[in-house]
Amino acid sequence: MSATSRRDRVGNATAAIGYEEPLVFERSRPGRSGYSLPALDVPAVDPAACLGAAALREGIPGLPELSEIDVVRHFTRLSTWNAAVDLGLYPLGSCTMKYNPKLNERVARLPGFAQAHPLQPEALAQGFLELCFELERHLAEVIGMDRVTLQPAAGAQGELAGVMMIRAYHEERRERRTRVLVPDSAHGTNPASAALNGYEIVPVPSGGDGLLHAEAVAAAMADDVAALMITNPSTLGLFEEEIAAICEVVHARGGLVYGDGANLNALLGIARPGDLGIDVMHLNLHKTFSTPHGGGGPGSGPVGVKDALAPFLPTPVVRRSLGGGFRLERELPRSIGRLHANFGNVGMLVRAFAYLRSLGPDGLRRCAEMAVLNANYLLARLRGAWHVPYDRIVMHECVLSDRRLADTGVTTLDVAKRLIDYGYHPPTVYFPLIVPGALMIEPTESESLEGLDRFAEALLAIAAEAREDPELVRSAPHHTRRSRLDETRAARQPVLRWQPPE
Amino acid sequence: MRYIPHTEEDVARMLDAIGVDSVEALFAPVPAKLRLRRPLEVPPALSEQELFAELSALAARNAHTGTHEWFLGAGTYAHFTPAAVDALVSRAEFTTSYTPYQPEISQGTLQAIFEWQTMITGLTGLEVANASLYDGASAAAEAALMAMRTTRRSRVVVSAGLHPHYREVVRTYLAGLGAEVVVAPLGPDGRTAPLAAQIDAATACVLVQQPAFLGCIEDLPAAAEAAHAHDARLVVVVNEALSLALLRAPGDQGADIACGEAQSFGVPMGLGGPHLGFLATRQRFVRQLPGRLVGETVDTEGRRGFVLTLSTREQHIRRERATSNICTNQGLCLLMATVYLSLLGPVGLRRLAEQNLARAEYAKARVRATPGLSLPLAAPTFNEFAVRVPDSGAAALERARERGIVGGLDLERFAPELGPAVLVCTTELARREAIDGLVAALAGRAA
Repeated sequence: MSATSRRDRVGNATAAIGYEEPLVFERSRPGRSGYSLPALDVPAVDPAACLGAAALREGIPGLPELSEIDVVRHFTRLSTWNAAVDLGLYPLGSCTMKYNPKLNERVARLPGFAQAHPLQPEALAQGFLELCFELERHLAEVIGMDRVTLQPAAGAQGELAGVMMIRAYHEERRERRTRVLVPDSAHGTNPASAALNGYEIVPVPSGGDGLLHAEAVAAAMADDVAALMITNPSTLGLFEEEIAAICEVVHARGGLVYGDGANLNALLGIARPGDLGIDVMHLNLHKTFSTPHGGGGPGSGPVGVKDALAPFLPTPVVRRSLGGGFRLERELPRSIGRLHANFGNVGMLVRAFAYLRSLGPDGLRRCAEMAVLNANYLLARLRGAWHVPYDRIVMHECVLSDRRLADTGVTTLDVAKRLIDYGYHPPTVYFPLIVPGALMIEPTESESLEGLDRFAEALLAIAAEAREDPELVRSAPHHTRRSRLDETRAARQPVLRWQPPE
Repeated sequence: MRYIPHTEEDVARMLDAIGVDSVEALFAPVPAKLRLRRPLEVPPALSEQELFAELSALAARNAHTGTHEWFLGAGTYAHFTPAAVDALVSRAEFTTSYTPYQPEISQGTLQAIFEWQTMITGLTGLEVANASLYDGASAAAEAALMAMRTTRRSRVVVSAGLHPHYREVVRTYLAGLGAEVVVAPLGPDGRTAPLAAQIDAATACVLVQQPAFLGCIEDLPAAAEAAHAHDARLVVVVNEALSLALLRAPGDQGADIACGEAQSFGVPMGLGGPHLGFLATRQRFVRQLPGRLVGETVDTEGRRGFVLTLSTREQHIRRERATSNICTNQGLCLLMATVYLSLLGPVGLRRLAEQNLARAEYAKARVRATPGLSLPLAAPTFNEFAVRVPDSGAAALERARERGIVGGLDLERFAPELGPAVLVCTTELARREAIDGLVAALAGRAA
């Protein structure tokens, strides 16, 4: 293949100006500063006289000295080393990397939201309290629950809160339940959150069709099981068709059903988890409600519950005052308590509220429809060349595997790295764990037909390359400023901070 | 729908390729009886213009640092943030990327986290720090859990000087694990009373906040000695991170874990979140750290690069045996702090801290000189301190509010033992005139 034709296939996504950039500490020069203090209009003090010399530190190691332009160039250059939704398709399965509207960023920066304090008097925070009250109501309607708390800072903290409420519910009924059922396709946060509540985890196998069956749940269900944690649609992108029967099985033995809302995007306006029999669930506002993922956070993980669990919601809760306006209620004797120093990730709540109000009922449903259409379209384009472990109509994502490449020596990891050469962030790989060599692809509703076609063509081309030139794929990526990084070395000899040269 | 690109023609072509005749048919796996048969009852869609107006109206009903003089801290601090912070953090390459699972195309995020880890180890005087945690309160809870794992003990002592909300969160987190949480009282000067009597051979750790919730600077070496006498861990919790620029580092005073809230480093108050939990510890506890960690390595050509590492601690690998259930970190917030600290540098940060101290000392002197007001706690403070007022905290703060001042926190609910009192914080935003106005208002006098 000629260099030119390869470049055509690689696309432009990695062709930005390629600055190398040292660590910020290596740019440091003593005496520089990017900050100016206001004049001190009160008498200066001697810290040693106020606090005692023994209480004071001498220098601060680990901070660089830079002018503003140094800092701006440093971080701007670092930014050019990242893939991002605003640059192109970022099809991480179960992460719902949809477009993050610019308006949401703008409203979150309004000083009445960004520069206000969590402990300021309620009378001076009525706009905030009203937003929380309304957002709780709207989210409850979307998921078919009676009440919602906005406090959890991310999905995993939402799971923790949800399982705590389940525990409180059983304890109040004086029932000793010690185990939680978790399907083998679940996110790792599910068993980890249940374990933080002291529960023993019982894995439940998925069926040969990829679905969780009521029969399997019934076999694992017992009087000492507190709950089943279920993700619907599942991490295989499949709607759990037996969900109603599964919930009945759990409820019949006194258990509760926890819903992991990571994949809610597929169900907006189509079906509501609360109507399916789920008792408590979290939502990931950074997935379904478009708040930016920010290089790994902050997220936001509100939790919805049915009335039976409402007394256990975290404190405080927002209530409408009798005389008009809104207030916080802190005295909730049956509450699991507080999970966050304040009210959760309010900046994300503002963005999610804006998103919900931008879409309205029709727009929300349209998100689900187009997300599901996109995933099924990709599957239709790819199933000829790629192994599809559970080949059925999918919801928001589809899962492929590297099984057909077994004789080429090319693995899922290689495919992921080669996709980078084509200008794409790879899908989620090697998850769910029940599919060896999984490639879990969630295009979201944000992607256009022609965008999906280009992505599909890249994956088809890679399948062909794996046969014709497997080394090309195995040594990818070829067009990034770093080639494959040695993760084993990083773990064996951990270097977790910069230290000045001796 | 302005965020969705599909035309009707696109949809028709895609359905054709899939081999179904309608979008509805794609939802066949959802049993008919489980479908929602009506539109969601949420308000109708708004245009961008209408929505901006609506949210601006909501925001305008919240007081903020632009509408009032600001003396309210208590865990969330009103500092000035240079414009470069938001300008850089707003770059879409940072905001619209995710956890750096694919290091070759995530070096920007990874290097920034590595830089943050380095800065927080320098500030705390410890050897390793994670990428971040949700907030200071969950960081305190994670630190307690970490101490329980490394000591195999389940009794946790928390100073009454730990932020009351943090104490609640620690209790909430530990409730399901059979841990015992004991509160150690404060002495008359506002610092934690001697801890020796509180700590025994079953104690995993003691959590002490520096400066404490009421602003007092604790005697950390004494706390460390009391904890270490029983091989318990000393966890130092910091929620005014700017104090780290002035006070001796926790790691140099015997802390085994330093954790807390770094919102002060350029993260907006934002009604309480998202903020920036941090956690740093000794090298020997590195495999017990919760959350993401970034490490240095090389690529196939020997060039330096960064990756997520030691992930066998984490939930996506270790599941129910993970060190924590956390998955996301506070990526954008740690980036804000890393940019902020890069701009200020060691000198700027120290001067800023000294200025906060000077403003507090001025305010305290004014309080001492004002009849009707007093300082109920004798211990030294940084930029926050309790003031006893003549009538009630609520009435005093209401007088301040009439002058356009958010004057602090009413301590009636948090520290009733002080009598009528408010907690006052003076950051660099606190101008002399505003301090004078606040003192007069709290005392109930004409300015």
